[in-house]
Amino acid sequence: MLRPTLALMRRALRNAFRRPQFLAPLVVFPSLFLAVNTGGLQATTGLPGFPEVNSFLDFQLASAICQSTMLGGVSAGIAMALDIEAGFFDRLVVSPIPRTAVVLGRVGAAGVLGALQAVWFLAIGFIFGAEMAAGVGGVLVVIALGVISALAFGSFGVLIALRAKNASTVQGIFPLVIVGLFLSSAFFPADLLSSPADVIAEYNPISYLAEGLREPIAFGWDAQVIVEGFVAGIALAGIGTSLAISALRGRLRAAR
Amino acid sequence: MPAIETVDLQREYPARRGPGLRAVDGIDLAVAPGEVYGFLGPNGAGKTTTVRMLVTLLQPTGGRATVAGYDVATQPAEVRKRIGVALQAAALDLLMTGREMLLLAATLHGIPPADVADRGADLLERVGLSAAADRRVGTYSGGMQRRLDLAMALIHEPEVLFLDEPTTGLDPTSRLTLWDEVRRLRDEGTTVFLTTQYLEEADQLADRVGIIARGKIVAEGTPATLKAEVGVPHLDVTLAGEDHRDLAREVLARFGDGRPPTEECDLSVALPDGSAGLAPIVRALDEAGVQVASLDVKEPTLDDVFLAKTGEHLEGAD
Repeated sequence: MLRPTLALMRRALRNAFRRPQFLAPLVVFPSLFLAVNTGGLQATTGLPGFPEVNSFLDFQLASAICQSTMLGGVSAGIAMALDIEAGFFDRLVVSPIPRTAVVLGRVGAAGVLGALQAVWFLAIGFIFGAEMAAGVGGVLVVIALGVISALAFGSFGVLIALRAKNASTVQGIFPLVIVGLFLSSAFFPADLLSSPADVIAEYNPISYLAEGLREPIAFGWDAQVIVEGFVAGIALAGIGTSLAISALRGRLRAAR
Repeated sequence: MPAIETVDLQREYPARRGPGLRAVDGIDLAVAPGEVYGFLGPNGAGKTTTVRMLVTLLQPTGGRATVAGYDVATQPAEVRKRIGVALQAAALDLLMTGREMLLLAATLHGIPPADVADRGADLLERVGLSAAADRRVGTYSGGMQRRLDLAMALIHEPEVLFLDEPTTGLDPTSRLTLWDEVRRLRDEGTTVFLTTQYLEEADQLADRVGIIARGKIVAEGTPATLKAEVGVPHLDVTLAGEDHRDLAREVLARFGDGRPPTEECDLSVALPDGSAGLAPIVRALDEAGVQVASLDVKEPTLDDVFLAKTGEHLEGAD
């Protein structure tokens, strides 16, 4: 199980780097968004109810990581759908490997990319003056949560691909994904959102993930917030991966 | 024990309304170990559906099938360990190099890590891709991709190899190269189940041929036996103009039974005596004043078998 999973993970990672048109948007788009938001919305930190932070950049770094890993999930889904369209998926399915390796390899690759995405945004943040309130340990927490966030979104990307079976449908899901991000506290504190967005954000697991990412950067070590971030991310990843494996089995049963 | 055996194998695709489409309708076949079995039929006849069932990608809706002694429906994992598969479209990752693809295939088939590189290199050499091994597959020609596909199917030395229309879309040179490889596999004792829509391919490669039409096997045997069963040589006549078609038909009817002409001739008539029967026909046509552009004596082909069994020509048959 481990060997084919790692082999498929390596393949997915190698291909991601060989397909710059897929990889670049994962960092370029959120980086631009980060730059625009940080430049234009700095004043919002003075709003009543906005938590005390060193800069809006500190606050927004978590949003950028969330957004980037979410795009990574869409990208993982598209890659899976392309495998299905090209028939490569059939090759994997007729080989004597556990079927779950097909899902785990793809989701695992998204997780590794998630670590790189977190490092990228931390680097950009530090270059432009962000601080890490939780110190070096905070960097590790952010990278770990970046991985978990990527695993979560990657699993849902793969799930959608296995259901949709074609890349264009997966791509079409993208706007919905962004809506999910905006209906969370990733970009603004939940307290500043108006109803019903604030209620949705309160129950949106992405809020907990984003706040878990934000805590060590902007505020320090609030264990509860960080743990909630991990729990939300792991739960999302677990549910997404289980559903994706179930979708794969269902797909193969349907062929039967 | 047959390497492949099917008994009343069926596959029906459900329809939204009414009865479903029965793509495979009760196929019985037995392929002996080491045999090259050619599965010949036009597009849509049920060849690929049959292969997809045999390689465990599709569950039969009726009947049963075993491959290498294991039931495809109840023991698919055992079947997958023992088969090599090259599906209709070469299912390759165009971003990977040929070597990377082979190494991945070796890993997926559980070949020990220490042997993976050597096995990959040997197969690249065998299919003539050593020089291109480190190029991305996307830069390969269609023939090179097919050969890589074949190499991947062979990486674990399968007992049974399935080749689904392996030469469709290939240029003649690439086709011949692939044929040589199939012959080599036969010589090595690998059982090969080969689907094709090309008569010549089945004729050249297969020890036995099963001809499938509308989901049923309509004829089965060695190419020589099948051709002998249907018969006699025939004469294809192409007229110089349309004026004397009826007259020519009358003349030809005196010498043998008419046959449906192919797209490349105007009239066709059975020629029981072969080329020896040609001279009287030429004289008769000349005396009747029929202007002939060409006369072509044809020996029986597998298309004649198909014609005899179904009343239709195979697509692409000459």
